[in-house]
Amino acid sequence: MTFVAKPKAHHPKLPLNEIGLTRRDYEGSVSTLCAGCGHDSVSAAIVQACAELSLPPHRFAKVSGIGCSSKTPSYFLNKSHGLNSVHGRMPSVMTGSNLANRELYCVGVSGDGDSASIGLGQFAHIVRRRINMLYIVDNNGTYGLTKGQFSATNDKGSTSKKGVPNLYEPIDLVSMALQLGATFVARSFSGDKHQLVPLIKAGLRHKGMAFIDVISPCVAFNNHAGSTKSYDHVRAHMQNVVNADYIPEHDEITADYKPGSREDIDMPGGSTLRLYKLDDQYDPHDRVGALNYVQRSAETGDVVTGLLYVDPKAADCHDVMDTIRKPLNELDEADLCPGQNPLDSINAGFR
Amino acid sequence: MQPTDISDPQYFHKVVDCQYACPAHTPVPEYIRLIAQERYTEAYMLNWDSNVFPGILGRTCDRPCEPACRRVRTEEKPVAICRLKRVAADNKGDISAFMPRVPTQKNGRRIALIGAGPASLAVARDLLPLGYEVHLFEKDSKGGGFMRSQIPAFRLPVEVLDEEVEQILNMGVECHFGQEITSMKSMLDMNFDAYFIGTGAPRGRDLELPGREAVDDHIHIGIDWLSSVAFGHTTSIEGKVIVMGGGNTAMDCCRTSLRMGAESVKVVVRSAFEVMKASEWEKEDAMREGIPIINNRPPKEFVHENGKLKGVLFECVEPVKGEDGRLKYVPSGEPDEFIEADHILMAIGQDNHCPWIERDLGMEFDKWDCPVLDEVTLQSTHPKVFFGGDSAFGPENIIWASAHAHQAAISIHLLCEGKDLKKDRPPQGVNLLSTKMGVHEWAYDAEHDASARYAVPLVEKQSALSNYKVEVELGFDQALGAAEAQRCLNCDVQTVFTDQLCIECDACVDICPMDCITFIEKAPEQELRQRLTAPALNMEQDLYLSDELPTGRVMVKDEDVCLHCGLCAERCPTNAWDMQRSVVHIPQLGSYAE
Repeated sequence: MTFVAKPKAHHPKLPLNEIGLTRRDYEGSVSTLCAGCGHDSVSAAIVQACAELSLPPHRFAKVSGIGCSSKTPSYFLNKSHGLNSVHGRMPSVMTGSNLANRELYCVGVSGDGDSASIGLGQFAHIVRRRINMLYIVDNNGTYGLTKGQFSATNDKGSTSKKGVPNLYEPIDLVSMALQLGATFVARSFSGDKHQLVPLIKAGLRHKGMAFIDVISPCVAFNNHAGSTKSYDHVRAHMQNVVNADYIPEHDEITADYKPGSREDIDMPGGSTLRLYKLDDQYDPHDRVGALNYVQRSAETGDVVTGLLYVDPKAADCHDVMDTIRKPLNELDEADLCPGQNPLDSINAGFR
Repeated sequence: MQPTDISDPQYFHKVVDCQYACPAHTPVPEYIRLIAQERYTEAYMLNWDSNVFPGILGRTCDRPCEPACRRVRTEEKPVAICRLKRVAADNKGDISAFMPRVPTQKNGRRIALIGAGPASLAVARDLLPLGYEVHLFEKDSKGGGFMRSQIPAFRLPVEVLDEEVEQILNMGVECHFGQEITSMKSMLDMNFDAYFIGTGAPRGRDLELPGREAVDDHIHIGIDWLSSVAFGHTTSIEGKVIVMGGGNTAMDCCRTSLRMGAESVKVVVRSAFEVMKASEWEKEDAMREGIPIINNRPPKEFVHENGKLKGVLFECVEPVKGEDGRLKYVPSGEPDEFIEADHILMAIGQDNHCPWIERDLGMEFDKWDCPVLDEVTLQSTHPKVFFGGDSAFGPENIIWASAHAHQAAISIHLLCEGKDLKKDRPPQGVNLLSTKMGVHEWAYDAEHDASARYAVPLVEKQSALSNYKVEVELGFDQALGAAEAQRCLNCDVQTVFTDQLCIECDACVDICPMDCITFIEKAPEQELRQRLTAPALNMEQDLYLSDELPTGRVMVKDEDVCLHCGLCAERCPTNAWDMQRSVVHIPQLGSYAE
């Protein structure tokens, strides 16, 4: 927790983005999480991604549940809409927001407790409904706010700070998201912004359910030698299969990943999603293959990261339900009260 | 690029831009903190220890520290360091208890100081506590040198000057005032153990132009005229006055003329306004008093009628930037300009001049009549003779005189001890002391104050111009001083990084408001500078580089615009970052720090 407010002063050469804002304009209040918390890095990555995409902050809806992770929307995008909702219920609120205003950028931030325990049902259903959103789980394998009990994503055999091993099988949210039909599934690490920021950018631009499981170490309760979600363990076992690079329209950035096989995917608005396959055998468009790969790697203790699955042409919830194109708050009286004739024909349909 | 060696005293010294830029290396942030704590006496003594004349310098210093101040890089206007020094001097209590003890039992060594200006006085101050017998020779009746003769009283009140000169004289200097030394040989015959020459640069330059001879009575050399005003020999100047020259002496001449009853005063300068030698604030002060500064006018002729000065004819030129980036002047095509004048004050520079030093004593002089000196020891080619202040390397300012004096005093001491002046010189050092007081508490005010620089209140213009002795600047009062003190960034509280403790969580990178910190793969410095979170394009500022971290990367911190706000240390979970106060030890005789 920090008492010194972050000064408003910034680097004299801090660049402006296309809409005239600096990266600092995308920040939130100063974090009250523990110093060194991985979640703060995730917030910083969101700030960086939104600033680099030149997205207007007031067009965002950020919603969270309860937990350390769910405090973080206060720490980014100060000038956006937000709700810190009920434990595990972020998906319900996010679904409502997205259905009411399909033009908002929807960012849901949740944690392993919030999504894999109390909110597991909500998680499953928002994924299968393909709400057009970016769903980020700050996954640290522990209940930090209640002093470090194992969470449902904690690996079997991983120990508590005092050395007691976890006896239960972990829930792998990436596997679940793949199984339940998410059209963009990624895993990343809070300590690797190089990988995380492009994933967030691509996820924000993806139409449909974009899910990113971010392993985000808890420095207070789960960053010790027996943990499988510590900075050291993740760094030692990270296996990067597909790196994403989001290239906005009329912008050719040269990424500095080592060359491998490369694939460019056209995104809406003329931008490009560039994939670097670090493992040639891996196919990020094969849902079943991805699922197998993730599961097999888990058995050997590897942490597979990168953009694991993407279906760029997928339909989202609005497409499936064939909803009206306009956000609901823009509908005028003529749209909402179409008159006696349409009502008569609707009534006739029930006869 | 190699990891930074923070045990090198120069590394963190350089980060404290103001202290590094100060010739005497006054610990600026430390005394500003003392002012913020209303500990004016301690703030004064810290200054006195290092620059010897805080009250005088708080009004007249050339302030090399201010353009160096980090705030110039973070938001344009530096901390008003000079005026804060005056706050310490104006509000100090009784300092007698803090003065160094001078032994009554002398060490048997006799030192002669020639000229009672700031350089000699500072040498006396350094040597007396070690038991030296110090003899001071001065042609005027009082000590102070050019601080008394050339700085007008409306900038430096006589009481302030007297107080700080007498502080030193009262330490037990054997004064020989009113004795002009006319022969160095006879001085050497008196067989002192060492001689320090601090006689300044006493010869004001003249200008040989047509008509010069005929109007001699109407032309005054600026520094001589100021001196005659200071000693009360001149009390008025009548008619129209032209001041020729663009340095600080010219500014003093024109403002003094105004107060001595001149009908009108104009400053005419050969070169462009931007390249004038006068300090920015001195030009502003003159212009505020309604004195026009006319630029790009080289003089051609003194116009007179039978020996009575009528005015000066000036050529009109305009500055053109040459290929080397320097200004060149070409005729502008306008007709020559005639400016009426009854008196001319010549302030176009001053030179060293030691006619009283015989040239067969073993002391060599260069073609500008400056002594040949060792730049470190200030020893001349005669082993027992040392120079300092303006007489050493030509006209500078008071703060340089203090700096020279500290070095010369060390040299004199080493000479008397029979040691080598270079090899046995005491080394610089640095101490680092953590300022961490508790989980989120620091022993300094870490919070960044975004206030703009506060203006110094001035006396009302009418009363300022009516009396030569009315000090124009009122100085900051305690409240304004406290407010200005908050603007200091505490650059001496250093961000110290311990690589073995770092877990590379990025917390410091994310929180740093100025994007100073980057974790990155090793590379040559030029490449690193381009690839940082914010490219480090200010080549004068160092990069702080750690050893290799477990991921194979290194931590790189660009020192350029760091606010020293301590947030990196605040957000660091492992104390890999700590805010540590650096105290640079600049060797100095009789210093508190020793």
